[in-house]
Amino acid sequence: MTTTQAHAAFNPKLRRRTDDETGQALVECNLVESITLTLAQEMDLDDRVVCLGEDVGVNGGVFRATDGLHARFGGSRVFDTPLSESGIMGAAIGLAMGGMRPIPEIQFEGFLGPAYDQLVNHAARYRTRSRGAITIPMVVRVPVGGGIHAPELHSDSPEAIYAHQPGLKVVMPCTPSDAKGLLAAAIEDPDPVVFFEPKRVYRLPTREWLQEDRYTIPIGQAKVITEGTDLTLISWGASVYQCLEALDTLPEDISVELIDLRTISPLDRDTLIQSVQKTGRCVIVHEAPKTIGLGAEISSIIQEHCFLYLKSPVQRVAGFDTIMPYYKLELDYLPNASLVSEAVRQTMAY
Amino acid sequence: MPVRTVYTAKIDHIQIMDEHGVVDEKLAHGTLSDQEVLELYKYMCKCRALDETAFKLQRSGRMGTYPQNKGQEAAAIGAGYALQRGVDWLVPCYRENAALWMHGLPMHYVLLHWMGDERGNQIPEGVCMTPLCIPIGTQMLHATGISWAFKIRNEPKIAATFFGDGATSEGDFHEAMNFASTFQTPTIFFCQNNHWAISVPRESQMNSETVAQKALAYGMPTVQVDGNDLLAVYKVTKEAADRARAGGGPSFIEAVTYRLADHTTADDARRYRDPKEVEAWQGKDPVIRLRKYLTARSLWTDEQQASLDEEAKIMVTDVIRAAEGIAKPTTDDIFDYTYATLPPELEVQKRTLRTHSLGQYPEQAALSSVR
Ligand SMILES: Cc1ncc(C[n+]2csc(CCOP(=O)(O)OP(=O)(O)O)c2C)c(N)n1
Ligand SMILES: [Mg+2]
Repeated sequence: MTTTQAHAAFNPKLRRRTDDETGQALVECNLVESITLTLAQEMDLDDRVVCLGEDVGVNGGVFRATDGLHARFGGSRVFDTPLSESGIMGAAIGLAMGGMRPIPEIQFEGFLGPAYDQLVNHAARYRTRSRGAITIPMVVRVPVGGGIHAPELHSDSPEAIYAHQPGLKVVMPCTPSDAKGLLAAAIEDPDPVVFFEPKRVYRLPTREWLQEDRYTIPIGQAKVITEGTDLTLISWGASVYQCLEALDTLPEDISVELIDLRTISPLDRDTLIQSVQKTGRCVIVHEAPKTIGLGAEISSIIQEHCFLYLKSPVQRVAGFDTIMPYYKLELDYLPNASLVSEAVRQTMAY
Repeated sequence: MPVRTVYTAKIDHIQIMDEHGVVDEKLAHGTLSDQEVLELYKYMCKCRALDETAFKLQRSGRMGTYPQNKGQEAAAIGAGYALQRGVDWLVPCYRENAALWMHGLPMHYVLLHWMGDERGNQIPEGVCMTPLCIPIGTQMLHATGISWAFKIRNEPKIAATFFGDGATSEGDFHEAMNFASTFQTPTIFFCQNNHWAISVPRESQMNSETVAQKALAYGMPTVQVDGNDLLAVYKVTKEAADRARAGGGPSFIEAVTYRLADHTTADDARRYRDPKEVEAWQGKDPVIRLRKYLTARSLWTDEQQASLDEEAKIMVTDVIRAAEGIAKPTTDDIFDYTYATLPPELEVQKRTLRTHSLGQYPEQAALSSVR
């Protein structure tokens, strides 16, 4: 209760109400508002939590994900850093080692490049190379993915690169309520977490009512969005919405189980395996290039665990194995509902 | 002597034409003739007109995010004019359009780029520059490498790279500087210090008093110049270019200027910037300054301005027409430049515009009827 009251003031523009049945305090958020609210709650609860990055202070971040945090917590908890991703990442590692709980923001996924060495060669490895003596509890927030008509390097989907790195956890929630629970869990986590935020769905017009009090969603749990018996459709990030759109176009007698991974590493193998053992068919949808993408790993897990259950080959609807084009062609690149629907129908017909 | 000074340094700031258009004749000597200033002023006005229209294009949904160059034209033009078109290389960021156009990039290419079309990056044969660079602070190393190649082959050419104040915080910047000075490459590092990196003011970006002093660490000649002063920018760039061409190695120039517009059209500077600061800098606008100078010398009249404005309007219309007249590329464009030769899997993706295998491969064609 105390947390609810403490945060009623944080973003007063959000609509709030009490759930009639449960008496729970509810707040209505889009994805980015939910992230900001969660950051504020976590910073309130734990003095060690600090936010740092380019333009995250007074400006509130280029996507406004830290909007109001500087005003509330001041310049000793929310830092505008110099323009240096390696600096942000490396210094955040140091902050974590120094007893803080840093939340660095990298402005766009395309700018993880300069930070790659620090993230992969240091953050991911410290626990291992120090035999557990040094750990890096930090959450790297990164807007990700295409579909917003942005310039070059503002639309990529590099999640598989980081999922391929042992020692890093990678999450990518696509709904406001999942983001809230997963961000809280990520901040609590003793290991480095890359928290990808699909920017295409930052501000969907329909907001979601979610529980205002702090809660966590365990990292590593996928979510079954719709239950089904004929085919398992697996996605994450903004493409989940393309899958939902595809479901509307499919014949009613095709019963699809749609799963949102939510966490990319570690993968929720059990949920995926159980589902495909039930349905015997699987289509995986992601924005990143197909080859050596996460769909390949999921497909391999299914092949290993569901071989005798399969009624058709596992299919991947993904980005092409090309450089993400500039925005004139981005919708021709990104998986869309009609391609998902086609792959589902072909899988059913196999 | 237990303590001795092993290094001291100073940084000069150079201004030739003040904000009222008044010139220090001694310093101005040997820089630009009145005729040259007049031509460059006309060019500057046209660049400004196109920049303002590009902003409007974004606002009316005809173009994506665009970073206005407004207020920084003297830096781009002064530097660009000191370099040899078709010989020297420009390695830009995105706030020196006027220099790129001056060196032969068709004007509509810049619009095409911001309209989300890679063909805006397809630098024409004979035009010596790299495309606009989106990842901040990364391109300077390429200038070092390009000019290193010139040095290896003994060609009297140089490369000039442009970047912002914020970019000097990136590691790559320092690595580019160190390589250039270690190998004494003919490189010009031209920093447009426009006081802001999106919402972060220069004083919060670094704790050094000037950007120029960063070059001292690399033993590089360095200078701070009034970046809104065409004559001064030309002079210092010409000196750096002459030195580099003569085998004198790299130089650093900090052009002190100001971003008069928002960072890009996706930004709202009112959130973080005092409008009074902007107002003060509007008074130092390079366009106004040059006009005052020319008017005082009886080289420019209101009638001439009116006809120039008219001419600029026509030019802008033509440029926009050229950019918008280019139809959306076909989907082949997504694939064709990935490699010199497309690998087989990509050939299939290009032909089918699919990544799933069912229906695309003969061995999987045996589908029963697909609904
Ligand atoms: C590596 C990288 N990090 C972050 C960004 C996002 N970004 C684009 S412009 C910019 C500020 C650049 O400031 P400055 O170098 O001073 O150039 P200016 O825009 O002021 O001309 C930032 C942070 C980027 N494009 N690339
Ligand atoms: Mg700047």
